[in-house]
Amino acid sequence: MRIAQRSALPGFAPSFAVTLVWLSLIVLIPLAALALRPWELGVLGVWRSVTEPRVVAALRLSFGTAALAAAINVPIGLLIAWVMVRYRFYGRNLADSLIDMPLALPTAVAGISLTALFAPKGWIGALLVPLGIKVAYTPLGILVALIFVGLPFVVRTLEPIIMDLPLEAEEVAATLGARRAQIVARIVLPALLPALLAGFGAALARGVGEYGSVIFIAGNMPMISEIAPLLIVIRLEQLDYAGAAALGLVMLLASFVILLLLNLLQRRMIVHA
Amino acid sequence: MSVELRDLRKAFGHVTALDDVSLTIAPGEFLALLGPSGSGKTTLLRVLAGLEFPDSGEVVIDNRSMHGVPARQRGVGFVFQHYALFRHMTVARNIAFGINVRPRHRRPKAREIRARVQSLLDLMEIGHLGQRYPEQISGGQRQRVALARALAIEPKLLLLDEPFGALDAKVRKNLRIWLRMLHDKMGLTSIFVTHDQTEAMEMADRIAVLRSGRIEEVGPPAKLYAEPASIFVHEFLGESVRFSGTVADGRMRVDALPDVGTATCSPSGPAVALIRPHEIGLLPGPGPARCERQETLGPLRRTRISVLDQAFDVLTPDGMWTPAVGQTCRLDLTRARVYPAADDRPG
Amino acid sequence: MNRRATQESPAARVALVTLTILLLLILLLLPLVVVFSEALMRGFGAMVDSLAETDSIAAIRLTMIVAAVTVPLNAVCGVAAAWCIGRFRFPGRGLLVTLIELPFSVSPVISGLVWVLLFGANGWLGPILNRAGMHIIFAVPGLILATTFVTFPFVARTLIPLMEHQGAAEEEAALTLGASGWQTFWRVTLPNIRWGLLYGVLLCNARAMGEFGAVAVVSGHIRGQTMTMPLQVEALFNDYDWVGAFTIAGLLSLLALATLAVKASLEWRIGQRSEALL
Repeated sequence: MRIAQRSALPGFAPSFAVTLVWLSLIVLIPLAALALRPWELGVLGVWRSVTEPRVVAALRLSFGTAALAAAINVPIGLLIAWVMVRYRFYGRNLADSLIDMPLALPTAVAGISLTALFAPKGWIGALLVPLGIKVAYTPLGILVALIFVGLPFVVRTLEPIIMDLPLEAEEVAATLGARRAQIVARIVLPALLPALLAGFGAALARGVGEYGSVIFIAGNMPMISEIAPLLIVIRLEQLDYAGAAALGLVMLLASFVILLLLNLLQRRMIVHA
Repeated sequence: MSVELRDLRKAFGHVTALDDVSLTIAPGEFLALLGPSGSGKTTLLRVLAGLEFPDSGEVVIDNRSMHGVPARQRGVGFVFQHYALFRHMTVARNIAFGINVRPRHRRPKAREIRARVQSLLDLMEIGHLGQRYPEQISGGQRQRVALARALAIEPKLLLLDEPFGALDAKVRKNLRIWLRMLHDKMGLTSIFVTHDQTEAMEMADRIAVLRSGRIEEVGPPAKLYAEPASIFVHEFLGESVRFSGTVADGRMRVDALPDVGTATCSPSGPAVALIRPHEIGLLPGPGPARCERQETLGPLRRTRISVLDQAFDVLTPDGMWTPAVGQTCRLDLTRARVYPAADDRPG
Repeated sequence: MNRRATQESPAARVALVTLTILLLLILLLLPLVVVFSEALMRGFGAMVDSLAETDSIAAIRLTMIVAAVTVPLNAVCGVAAAWCIGRFRFPGRGLLVTLIELPFSVSPVISGLVWVLLFGANGWLGPILNRAGMHIIFAVPGLILATTFVTFPFVARTLIPLMEHQGAAEEEAALTLGASGWQTFWRVTLPNIRWGLLYGVLLCNARAMGEFGAVAVVSGHIRGQTMTMPLQVEALFNDYDWVGAFTIAGLLSLLALATLAVKASLEWRIGQRSEALL
């Protein structure tokens, strides 16, 4: 059987075989375990396991906070991406590297440093105490952590799109008498809408599964500030493998469904643009 | 080294790239594969080199079937369209590559390799560029390096894919003549792909015109130009003026010019007459043709003629009679070639 | 007025740039500054002392071992994947790319969980292996497997677009010149992708050393034995040993800074940013 169209270049069969074997061992077989193990509980058992009030609260917190953080990251990311692409300023290269900081910094490090920053005695936390705002050990802390880790996804998704925006469209609008604000609102933003949505989706997907940067600052109070990934860890510690797998599977499927919907929406927008 | 292509067929998915191609190339010949883009000429070249495999048919080089012979064992020199120079190697190492990858017992000594590379560099008239990298030299120089690299393995057969495509007009013209002389000097058999008919006419011993994966016609440039076998070849090689009409009783009558006729042995029925601008005769007297404009281009005069809804240029040697602007005249189309209109497939 | 139509007014530009820099400083730089400031809270000596603790040294060693096994394996397989995907057309090619990128969209905790499901005390294979005296979960092999899963896509995802962009012409030229498959790979392909490969390996290594969630699940937190640096950070932090926690966090931050610096210079070299985010 010949899988690839015959080519003069050698090495398809061995490289394909290595890839497939490695992919199966490291990714596919383990994920198959995730897909199959929950059903040891039976369909009803899985349903009960993922509809426990504590689980529902955790899922709502994880997805809700991730969505909110992603939504907050959209305007911030747009501003940063716009300035990075369109402007040349002193320290721009440094700023560019800084944007990747949340990706390069191990999540545990981000977690403890954000906790230190926002603790009541921390640099920022101390400023917020007089205002009556408590960030560390509350759901607000989770939000802060997810904003931190999600920001690069929005910026990096937007940058190439902004770079490819045809300047002519803006220039034509200007020759037709549009003011700068009108140009931005009517020409630039609509063209960026699909990318904004894609960046939102990427940040959301990252936020839903985020663990390291969140658990230190969250406080981890059941029903209040306990995220879904933490609940998986807790179930594993109780040797409830099937329950942990059920929760993991639900999270994974929910993320995929959301990304799929965002993707469809994005396509519709591109078609209608 | 002779080359024979027998009934080659090749499809990419639903697209037919080669459709029953057969061709024989004599030793020492310089053959041009000419055709519009998508006509299959590059595919044909790649099949010859062993970079692409035909669905059926056979390539025979020097009386040896190439079936199952991989590219690396064919000993065929290939010059790529964009040269495909190894960007991380110096010019000299690029040229030496084909020798360096030989098994040890067939590899010459390092000193010999160096001497061979230098003599190739000198032959290409770029002797001083050995230590440069490909990105540090000009397009024409890269072309010569690609050629030297292909020649370093001492191929008997040289294949060139649009060798001048990426060069500007002046460099292109110089390289053409130089390449043809090199071919003769080294006793090569060469096949090159081009979509530029002037290039093919100037350089090749024979031209094979391709169209939609088929060979439309093969022959020496002068013959293809003077007696093209089909409407497609007539219009692809050189300028053509076209008249449609009907053949009856061995005479072609042009629709627009009822009193102009041309003898032909073409079968009766709807037909197309094609004629080159310099083959059209202009005769004094009242007629359907009218002179719109006139210019003298050195030894030639170009006259813009309109006939009913058609307009075309006629070239005549300076000094011949031509109508003045606004004046009418008669046309002599006896040198036109007549083809059955059924042959006029688009594309 | 000589301002172009595609620009904001000068005042707006200054405001936008200032706001951006402020946001970057507060959101992204401040957490980094805090790490070093906390580590140095009790002075340089306290920091050095905490590093000399045997558990800390063991954690650093283990992190190196995990990365030293994971990164080369994923690099070799990433090159193989890039070769078959970047150089050949075959049915299911798109699906293969999607599957390779899958680990990027899986929560770190789930990346650890899947290994527990296979090899844990209640896992499919765990009991059999435990009886044979092999321990994967709560042991070094589990850390390696979880890290391999998480860092699986980096090299392939960097190399595939790079190889597609470069095209196969140079490799084909090498073949017509008589080079064998291996000669073509070692002398033409590998030199052409070397900076991209280094880039992928760099990102892979940064993630391998810094991974927390996936290894937290499979580690079992046995001090001195199954604690990588990020896990040690957590343990010390929970023990209220802030200097200790932030000292190791500082080391990891230095790794992150070095990664970013090398990454920037490689991006300049390969003339593009990888599609693989860290």
